[in-house]
Amino acid sequence: MTAPLLQVENLLTRFEIALGMFRKPVGLNAVNDVSLTVAEGETLGIVGESGCGKSTLGRSILRLIEPTSGTVLWQGKPLTDLTPEELRMQRRDMQIIFQDPIASLDPRMTVGQIIGEPLAIFETALSRAERNERVVETMDAVGLAPEMINRFPHEFSGGQAQRIGIARAIVTRPKLVVCDEPVSALDVSIQAQIVNLLRKLREEFGLTFLFISHDLSVVRLISDRILVLYLGRIVEIGSKDAVFDHPAHPYTQALLAAAPVPDPKLARSRKHVALKGDPPSPLNPPPGCVFSNRCPKVRDACRTAQPELRAARTGQQAACILIEE
Amino acid sequence: MEPLLKLQDYTIRFATPDGDVHAVTGLDLDLAPGEKLAIVGESGSGKSQCWMGVMGLLARNARVSGRAMFGDRNLLGLTQRQLDAVRGAEICMVFQDPMTALNPVLRISRQLTETLEVHRGAGRREAEKQAIAMLERVGIPDAPRRFRQYPHEMSGGMRQRVVIAMALLTKPRLLIADEPTTALDVTIQAQILDLFQDLVTETGTSLVMISHDLGAVAGIADRVAVMYAGRIVEDSPVDDLYERPAHPYARALLQSIPRVDRATADIRPIDGRPPSLADLPRGCSFAPRCGYRTDACDAAVPPLADIEPGRIAACFHPVHRHTAADSKGSRT
Repeated sequence: MTAPLLQVENLLTRFEIALGMFRKPVGLNAVNDVSLTVAEGETLGIVGESGCGKSTLGRSILRLIEPTSGTVLWQGKPLTDLTPEELRMQRRDMQIIFQDPIASLDPRMTVGQIIGEPLAIFETALSRAERNERVVETMDAVGLAPEMINRFPHEFSGGQAQRIGIARAIVTRPKLVVCDEPVSALDVSIQAQIVNLLRKLREEFGLTFLFISHDLSVVRLISDRILVLYLGRIVEIGSKDAVFDHPAHPYTQALLAAAPVPDPKLARSRKHVALKGDPPSPLNPPPGCVFSNRCPKVRDACRTAQPELRAARTGQQAACILIEE
Repeated sequence: MEPLLKLQDYTIRFATPDGDVHAVTGLDLDLAPGEKLAIVGESGSGKSQCWMGVMGLLARNARVSGRAMFGDRNLLGLTQRQLDAVRGAEICMVFQDPMTALNPVLRISRQLTETLEVHRGAGRREAEKQAIAMLERVGIPDAPRRFRQYPHEMSGGMRQRVVIAMALLTKPRLLIADEPTTALDVTIQAQILDLFQDLVTETGTSLVMISHDLGAVAGIADRVAVMYAGRIVEDSPVDDLYERPAHPYARALLQSIPRVDRATADIRPIDGRPPSLADLPRGCSFAPRCGYRTDACDAAVPPLADIEPGRIAACFHPVHRHTAADSKGSRT
């Protein structure tokens, strides 16, 4: 059996937070003991609320943020051991699309320069004409008219700018693209355009996605498997259908119950089981299970130790002690 | 019943160096006492500016015309002083971002009691009593202690509760909420929507909820007005709009949203994008993106017309009798 494209083991990313000049900094585990594998061509959706660590996870995997411990295996080889120069060249195969389409583009570069820059770095063998040809080809693939090549980012709407960001990410024909909330800043009708574009490109170029979003409905649309994060930890991971149709963890259940649906009759009849309160600060997680202080099904045993992931009957894994009952 | 608020031929333009921007064009809208109306549209549709205008909060280069009748007063013709007597007392507004809606250097207590002292002439004691009771009502645990805190000591969801408490303290007749849950996480959003639902029903206040999210307003609105490029294109009871939308834009919008409760991967984007508000087409603004476009659509703007009792839409080819199968979606 060939190694999965990406394998992450016990990844931990810890930030030291300064509380003031005379106080000891405290540690915050933004990503806490996360393990996952992603097969080539697969899309793993990563969902969770703000502060759950989903963006930090994506960036730690790419080593855009240096993880504190744990390993990331890329096609079976540890990414965490690469020298900076080796890592840099490896980036050709691993790209990222950011949330804010305008802010992530250099305002003083033309569209052609922005999209062509990764080629100038990674594919130095290409002639100027070949490079240009690849840029135009990629613009066409993302639905940008080639005559826009000399325009500047400010001349574009949010949806168009996101197409530029996508073109930049796929111009080197990478294997893996981390999509970090790629449609969250866009209007609904434009969101759908971009989601459909990503699905088309995935097919056309055989891409593998880590698709990070707070929006469950968008994640359901594009993912094969789903990972739910809460306070830096995986609380549930499994196939899309298992997680959406039979959520096993009480947090996943609450998230799905809270997600709005455009159906007035359904919306009125649903009593939002409504989780009480706010997520706890990651600086001060509750003892035991990370979800224990908001969980509607909490027991005494939940407050002693963080449960391991265990298999649910419906095929996915969830970190909840109630699952074996 | 007399409407509480009546907008007539209500128009907002912004004078810019590049010419006039038509933010809102010829709006006609009635709001009944106690009614819950959702205003839905994408960015640039005019949904927020419209209500900023009603509150007298537009930028200085705005030119407003038409009428906004609140009872027998035209809000657009009031002096600053008269307007101050209405705002914060009879009409209150909740904004999207609970981080910036509160004054960071004043305690919650001061910000809450001020409205009661100014608008209701309450004494400090009485105002504090009412304010704490209201904090409790909006679900803030340990209200007397929270009352003494500064905004930065609270989470986003908590701050939005404070803002809602502030808006309802004076028992306004109209509450305008502009994307009140957009900045919040989904579990907190559900809490705040439930709170709105309960409070508005309980107090009989009319509610205008402005949102880009057809999902968020589905459970709370009686009626939904859909805006596109500065105009209302459809105004229908909530169930009709979601089940049998009449305007092709309303229909296309509904077909473009993914649903968390369905396994289908079928969403239909609306091709193209909205027109520039500085350069609106002569005919229907949606025509360039519409699957039902004919020559008539390019020649003139379709007027808002009755299509069924209680429903109006601005379209020469309304689609409410079509089944899902004969949808042309957006232009392909």
